[in-house]
Amino acid sequence: MEDWRKSKAAFAIFMAPATFWLLLFFTVPLAIIWVYSFGERGPQGQTELAVSLENYARAVEWIPLKILWKSLWIATISTVICLLLGFPLAMGVAFAPKRWKNPLLLIVILPFWTNLLIRTYAWIAILRISGFLNFGLEWAHGLLDAGFGVIGMPGLMGEFQPLELLYNNSAVIVGLVYVNLPFLVLPLYATLEKLDKSYLEASLDLGAGQWRTFFSVTVPLTMPGIASGVLLAFILSLGTFLTPDLLGGTDSMMIGNLIAQEFGPSRDWPFGSALSFVLMYVTFFVLWLRATVASRSSGVGEAG
Amino acid sequence: MIKMGRSTLSGVTRRNFLMGSAAVGVSLVAGAGRGQAAEEKRVNVYNWDTYIGEQTLGTFNARTGIQVQYDLFANNEELYAKLKEGNPGYDVIFPSDYMVELMITTGVIVPLDHSKLPNLKNIHKNFQNQAYDPGMKYSAPYMWGTMGFGYRKSKFDKAPDSWGAVYDPAQASKYSGKIALLGDQRVVIGSALKYLGYSMNSTDEKQIAAARDLVIAAKKHIKSFAEDNGQDLLLSKEVDIAMEWNGDIVQVMEEDSDLSYVVPKEGSNVWSDNLCIPKDAPHPENAHAFINHVLDAKVNAEIANTIHYATANAAAKPMLLQEDLDNPAVYPPEAIVATCEAIVDVGDNTRLYDEAWTAIQAA
Repeated sequence: MEDWRKSKAAFAIFMAPATFWLLLFFTVPLAIIWVYSFGERGPQGQTELAVSLENYARAVEWIPLKILWKSLWIATISTVICLLLGFPLAMGVAFAPKRWKNPLLLIVILPFWTNLLIRTYAWIAILRISGFLNFGLEWAHGLLDAGFGVIGMPGLMGEFQPLELLYNNSAVIVGLVYVNLPFLVLPLYATLEKLDKSYLEASLDLGAGQWRTFFSVTVPLTMPGIASGVLLAFILSLGTFLTPDLLGGTDSMMIGNLIAQEFGPSRDWPFGSALSFVLMYVTFFVLWLRATVASRSSGVGEAG
Repeated sequence: MIKMGRSTLSGVTRRNFLMGSAAVGVSLVAGAGRGQAAEEKRVNVYNWDTYIGEQTLGTFNARTGIQVQYDLFANNEELYAKLKEGNPGYDVIFPSDYMVELMITTGVIVPLDHSKLPNLKNIHKNFQNQAYDPGMKYSAPYMWGTMGFGYRKSKFDKAPDSWGAVYDPAQASKYSGKIALLGDQRVVIGSALKYLGYSMNSTDEKQIAAARDLVIAAKKHIKSFAEDNGQDLLLSKEVDIAMEWNGDIVQVMEEDSDLSYVVPKEGSNVWSDNLCIPKDAPHPENAHAFINHVLDAKVNAEIANTIHYATANAAAKPMLLQEDLDNPAVYPPEAIVATCEAIVDVGDNTRLYDEAWTAIQAA
């Protein structure tokens, strides 16, 4: 078979549109933001170009750092929950009978068919005091209350108190898990799908239990998929601004909201640009961490 | 009653911040430089959502034969961002007070030709010399309103007519977790400044710091800094008192008679929106014709009666709905309006507000 690497002309032709696209619509805007980040805010909120590190100095002051730290924290928690939910889900899809796989995958992807904003508003409808969840709880409460009444203990349950589920950090985490779960499941599923099941059979045949097989065979072999999925979910959570904006409370500001504030009402694009780059450097650091961990763990065996 | 359809889940009102949904991507080709004589029968209007009469565009078209291309923006910042790097093709825009000031200083809008706007005489004298644009050189006043508290009457012994309802711990603790403030730095810090007896446009670092600490101390009682959906939070009983724009509360008052609105006695923000013509508007003649049409007493009254906002048009008054004139949420008492301030751009001091706001969020 002919090596595609040999036909350089064809390769270049096919690459050109994507390269052009990335250069024009990704690299150039990024470069502009980078230049802005050394600029100064004019009195009317104009961006005045300069060579100043003041925006970066401001970005690493205590309060922005605190917000960044909080963002890392919320992203970590939501990613861990995503992994705990997503791994069994990906396994379920990957190990399902062949005719079930596509419908199951479709269910995972289905949320993408609706706009993120609409889906987040739906969570407001679920979580608020007069929302569907509290409605369901009240119904169950009434049922139990009636039940206790029947066995001669009326009023045992007391009056129903709706739960305050919305406008706090838990609501933000719920929203982030919901939004990012498919991003974790899909790469994980791709890896699990390619996993040679005979390894698992060998492990089970040789006396290891299901748990041992899972932790000693499945998990190490699917590490690249786990890493990609976790990374995707984490980075998406870290930079989010819509979810905390709509579901968060008074202390749910994440770094994405701060950046949006600088580009929006405060009209301080230079500071916003510097914050964006600080966020990007943090993301790069996470990617670098992943690369070093991957190179160290390559001895365990890539599933490939 | 004529009213645009709205749902409680995602009510689209004048000052609602519905990210994305209202960011209608427009790619109008700017036809700047075209001779005025050859001006095509078209005008590109960029307005807030649900902020025009049912018949305004139709009667304009019938009267002049000019076709209106109508687009929506969600907030002043979005409007400014769209226009500051060059006009994408709009002829008439509706910026608020402080934004008019900013757009004048940054050259985004051009002076109005008063000879083409005979109906400017209809504007109430109180609005003819606003601090942001004395003499209406660049802007024709449209609607105005206030910011205050929407509240659930059955939960309050008397109307919460002071900012102390949220900033005085003794009062706020009674409604702990049932209070929503707006997610707007100038307005929230401004309300705290007013409570402390300072100006909403203070540029004094100490005053702003005091206001910041006041909000931080009140935070434990506050449920959310609502992205301008305080009216929905009230309606769904998520909160009992919400800082909001009057127009948003007027709408939910129609749905729930237990809701009311009050402007705190320390004074608040009075805002006004204006008709302006951006630089390089492709159809300046038509733009003037459109503005003059909106300033017509009858047309203006129909708009005000549709959207239930207070109009700056004095000539329209005899035709306004009595229920709106009697509604303190639409037309608050004159004495209270006198204590209110418009928000003006504070230039470099914006950073003081920005940092105070971030500190409030991070606290």
